[in-house]
Amino acid sequence: MDTQEEVIVYARPDSLTKTNTHYCPGCTHGVAHHLIAEVIDEMGLRDRTIGVASVGCSVFAYNYMNFDFVQAPHGRAPAMATGVKRVFPDKVVLTYQGDGDLASIGMAEIVHAAARGENISVFFLNNANYGMTGGQMAPTTLPGQKTTSSPNGRDVETQGYPIRASELLATLDGASYVVRRSLHDPKNIRLAKKAIRTAFEVQLRGLGFSMVELLSTCPTNWEMTPQNSLKWLEEHMIPYYPLGDYKVNPAVAEIKG
Amino acid sequence: MARELWKGNNAIAEAAVRAGCAAYFGYPITPQTELLEYMSARMPQLGRAFVQAESELAAINMVYGAACTGTRVMSSSSSPGVSLMMEGVSYIAGTEIPAVLVDVMRGGPGLGNIAPAQSDYNQIVHGGGHGDYNLIVLAPSSVQESVDLTVLAFDLAEKYRSICVVLLDGSIGQMMEPAEMPPFQPLRTEYPDWAVTGAKDRERRFLSSIYLDPPQEEAANLRMLRRWQEVQANEIRYKTYYMDDAKFAVIGFGSSGRVALSAVRAARAEGIPVGLLRPITLNPFPEKVVEDLAKQVEGILVVEMNSGQMLEDIRRIAKGAAPVEFFARLGGIMPLPDEILDEIHRLAKGPLTLEGHPRDRWLARMGTLN
Repeated sequence: MDTQEEVIVYARPDSLTKTNTHYCPGCTHGVAHHLIAEVIDEMGLRDRTIGVASVGCSVFAYNYMNFDFVQAPHGRAPAMATGVKRVFPDKVVLTYQGDGDLASIGMAEIVHAAARGENISVFFLNNANYGMTGGQMAPTTLPGQKTTSSPNGRDVETQGYPIRASELLATLDGASYVVRRSLHDPKNIRLAKKAIRTAFEVQLRGLGFSMVELLSTCPTNWEMTPQNSLKWLEEHMIPYYPLGDYKVNPAVAEIKG
Repeated sequence: MARELWKGNNAIAEAAVRAGCAAYFGYPITPQTELLEYMSARMPQLGRAFVQAESELAAINMVYGAACTGTRVMSSSSSPGVSLMMEGVSYIAGTEIPAVLVDVMRGGPGLGNIAPAQSDYNQIVHGGGHGDYNLIVLAPSSVQESVDLTVLAFDLAEKYRSICVVLLDGSIGQMMEPAEMPPFQPLRTEYPDWAVTGAKDRERRFLSSIYLDPPQEEAANLRMLRRWQEVQANEIRYKTYYMDDAKFAVIGFGSSGRVALSAVRAARAEGIPVGLLRPITLNPFPEKVVEDLAKQVEGILVVEMNSGQMLEDIRRIAKGAAPVEFFARLGGIMPLPDEILDEIHRLAKGPLTLEGHPRDRWLARMGTLN
């Protein structure tokens, strides 16, 4: 048998700790963590990055990402990130927030951070429900979607319509880069990683607020197998939350090109 | 440095700048707004951080983020705004990091009014946010004392990794008095070993108020409590006036204490042996001083601009050693020296009782006033 020298083609990023996550099987949080950590490694930012974790399933993000972290009250991550970034303009500051956190209780904080053009990068995981508390209706829950607090399906007459956070934030002049990607298949995961990289590039160049919305799954609370939940995301979430670039400041377009 | 004429709110802002405050986050609210306005010009001038936040809720969470870097940071607000900040206050306390908060109190509850009051004593001294925590609370009674206590607030916050609140009423924030500014302290260039600064050449750090495992939360609660015992042992501050031979004592903090001093002086001129205790740290409270004072005097008069929030502390500490009477004006009205003098006359004339509640007797007297 020939012996060949082993070449590492893929390894755990330095920016991820060796801790096992508490995420449910099939949940896409792990993928999102991995992508962010890979990009931070590739860009050599680990020793100058400060993360802001939010409240929700990703409350323990700081246990899994191997760089400095703080942990915000529910919805306040953009405010906390503002505080960190204004003291340390040369550090890379990111928030990692879910849809209940960002688009409901933290709507004021995210809108104003974007409006101010805070030079931070926001990673927004949208899985159309409150995962940590057991699958309640979120501002992003689709019309008709059953959750534990919309047991008959979200009735838009009484429970209102889902919020499209990327489209909303893209209207603000302070937002430089706002895009929506999805984590439901390898091709889209690769596109998501590219967008994450662009978000950090925007911050490094001082171009202002950047946000990557990542459509995500919640198999446990959706009561689906991981595979079916990926399919459900593709068939139900993407039509309501189209993937695409919602705001690309001309200066950002230059770095992309 | 020479004494200059300063408005209270502006003086506190300049004192904070000189104490090395590197970042300010706030939201406009009367009667505190001048502090924010002053900072909006002064901080950028010095290349420091200033953000007018979208709400007090955001402001305190910006403070939370900045405080995690170990730098000197503050916010300021007034009563309704401070209510909105209570979430962040609890989180900052639970994360055990230093921050300074200035509360320029106004009349309440609710929207209340914009006139001076002391009705947030309980909120600031006895809690306000959720969970077990203590704030260091400093209560100035003049513009100069506001300046001095603002500088002290940054030192104490850092020393005990705690929030330090400078608690004053709107009249001190709004009035102008001569005051001497402290010397300029340089900004921090080194950061404490707990601060989040980017994991360069060291293990990563994280700052959080979450302890999901109950024994860990208990350990954190006990650690904070033990640190609080140190604050209690080292940081009690108060001022007494004419107490050496006093048979009667007035107790009041901030503006109430200051107005009471005029009344005490007038009473002394009439030959009434009355003194004044003005607590400066409301938390930790000068309990031993009150305990000893209660044994010394024949009667105590508590004066506040609230419905007797500190009164309950005085009654608890005095343990019936001396009868306690109470006088207050509410709703943004300041007590007048003559009103307090009348109360001192009543106190000196007697008879005094340990029965009933002083608030009830005061309320009955207020019936004839309003």
